[in-house]
Amino acid sequence: MLLVNYSYKNLLARKLTSILTVFGVALVVFVFCAVLMLSNGLRETLVSTGADSNAIVIRRASQTELQSIIFRDMANIIKADPAVARDTEGRPLATGEILVLISKYKRDSNEPSNVPVRGVTEMSITLRPRFELVEGRMWQPGTSEIIAGSKVAGSFRGCGLGETVRFGMREWTVVGIFEAGGTGFESELWGDVDQLMDAFGRPVFSSITVKLGSPSEFETMRARLEGDPRLEVEVNREKKYYEDQSKFTTVFINAMGLTISIIFSLGAIVGAMITMYAAVANRTVEIGTLRALGFSRTAVLWAFLVESMILAITGGLIGVTAAAFLRLVEVSTTNWDTFAELAFSFEMSGSIVVFAMVFAVAMGLVGGFLPAVRAARFRIVNALRTK
Amino acid sequence: MSRPFVQLQNVNKSYWRDSLEIPVLNDVNLDLPEGEFVALMGPSGSGKTTLLNLIAGIDRPSSGNVIVRGQNVSRLSEGDLARWRSDNIGFVFQFYNLMPVLTAYENVELPLLLTKLSRSERRRQVETALSIVGLADRMKHYPNQLSGGQEQRVAIARAVVTDPVLILADEPTGDLDKVSAQEVMDLLSRLNHEFNKTIIMVTHDPRAAEKAHTQRHLDKGVLNSHESPQAG
Repeated sequence: MLLVNYSYKNLLARKLTSILTVFGVALVVFVFCAVLMLSNGLRETLVSTGADSNAIVIRRASQTELQSIIFRDMANIIKADPAVARDTEGRPLATGEILVLISKYKRDSNEPSNVPVRGVTEMSITLRPRFELVEGRMWQPGTSEIIAGSKVAGSFRGCGLGETVRFGMREWTVVGIFEAGGTGFESELWGDVDQLMDAFGRPVFSSITVKLGSPSEFETMRARLEGDPRLEVEVNREKKYYEDQSKFTTVFINAMGLTISIIFSLGAIVGAMITMYAAVANRTVEIGTLRALGFSRTAVLWAFLVESMILAITGGLIGVTAAAFLRLVEVSTTNWDTFAELAFSFEMSGSIVVFAMVFAVAMGLVGGFLPAVRAARFRIVNALRTK
Repeated sequence: MSRPFVQLQNVNKSYWRDSLEIPVLNDVNLDLPEGEFVALMGPSGSGKTTLLNLIAGIDRPSSGNVIVRGQNVSRLSEGDLARWRSDNIGFVFQFYNLMPVLTAYENVELPLLLTKLSRSERRRQVETALSIVGLADRMKHYPNQLSGGQEQRVAIARAVVTDPVLILADEPTGDLDKVSAQEVMDLLSRLNHEFNKTIIMVTHDPRAAEKAHTQRHLDKGVLNSHESPQAG
């Protein structure tokens, strides 16, 4: 590390090749970050959809609400469980909901995609404290009125305020727009559960969501309900349930994105290697001189490694900074765990920054190592004779 | 009689090109006392630079011993040799070999990075070395902003900044005009007289060689056994 100043000044002396190499590394780190931010954004959106104090009950082995059915008598048994919190009037803080997918056309691409429609009760809103009606009003009971999550309202035809959307053999009017703190609920249409059961001809709930009196009571409640021979249900913490729904898609995004990043990185490594080999070739006499002055092979090796690391770290910082602006971009894609359209943002995190910088440093090390070894292995006499 | 400062005992050096052995130095023996200023002369290819490289520890003899201040240089490991060079040797090259991206100050400071001196101590020594060569006002200049003579003086400052016992100069005036060459030779003479530095200089230039105490001649790898003492 003795020659850091020498390494740094050499990079400044050959600006063009340094800038091109930095650009190559920055591009790879940008793609790498973008992929991780995409899967992190998807995961964060779904994880935040669940609340720590809530549990969700679905039919055993159904995996998601879409395949689940809970009969009304089963719902009553679940709501009566002693672990379920109650409000001041003694009513259980629990809600039976129905979830159905409908196909609607997207506003921008005119392509069809699946929109989740959730039949909810007044209690559903109590259990989702981040719910906020931002435009219009709530539906009137007994009417064909619905409210739309802000993401759906903007993305799908017929789902904006005052527009009508057809499903379940009826025309439904969107009378309000709601937000839910950036969670997955914003990608749903909500309406009265009884009206929707009627419309879809499906007189059963998809799930029962309950608020626990205390989160620590979850395990005992789960044991009780899953062991009840009348129920045949599976009980999950709401947060884990939604997190699990991101698994397949995030694994796919990560696998594909990281493969692309690694292929790109090979290009950047070769670029860094060519730059560093050229630097070594152009400075053979300087290397011989440094060795003659008493600098060891290790010091020379480090001088060139430091050069490639400075290039890689600069590229990494630029790539990460550029990727940070992706947070301003919102994307929408089909969640392959539920087949429903889900809108979310690229989400940066501390661990992504660390991973990206480690990736950049690794590219610098791999790209700079062989040229640095070559520099360190020169025989002094031969290096000094070079013209 | 005191032990020689630089001693070469039956030194042979050959290079191999494919399977062909090319002898460069042939049974060279040399004893130099401390404070000596010797000019090594001889035609191109006679082995002068190779002999200098062996004394500097940047090349190893095929056989024989190179002993400097009682230390058998030929037996040191690679790492020990590097340390030994930085502690004992100041090297002056024909083409100066300054780092083009570093200022005169930074070039002179380079050998001091291998020591444990603090930044302020390094600064003091660099300033002293540059003052000795008369370039204290050129510290911030880059090599391409200096004349050839000035570059060589910076290189001499770099060679003496660690206060080495032995200065090895390979054709130090070979790339300089007459006036600059004279300045550089005056400087080397001063280092020898005033600071008692032992100097071994390879040169083709008879005028430069006149500044040395003695001249030794190499021809086809054989060191002439007779010294040519200089006047004064």
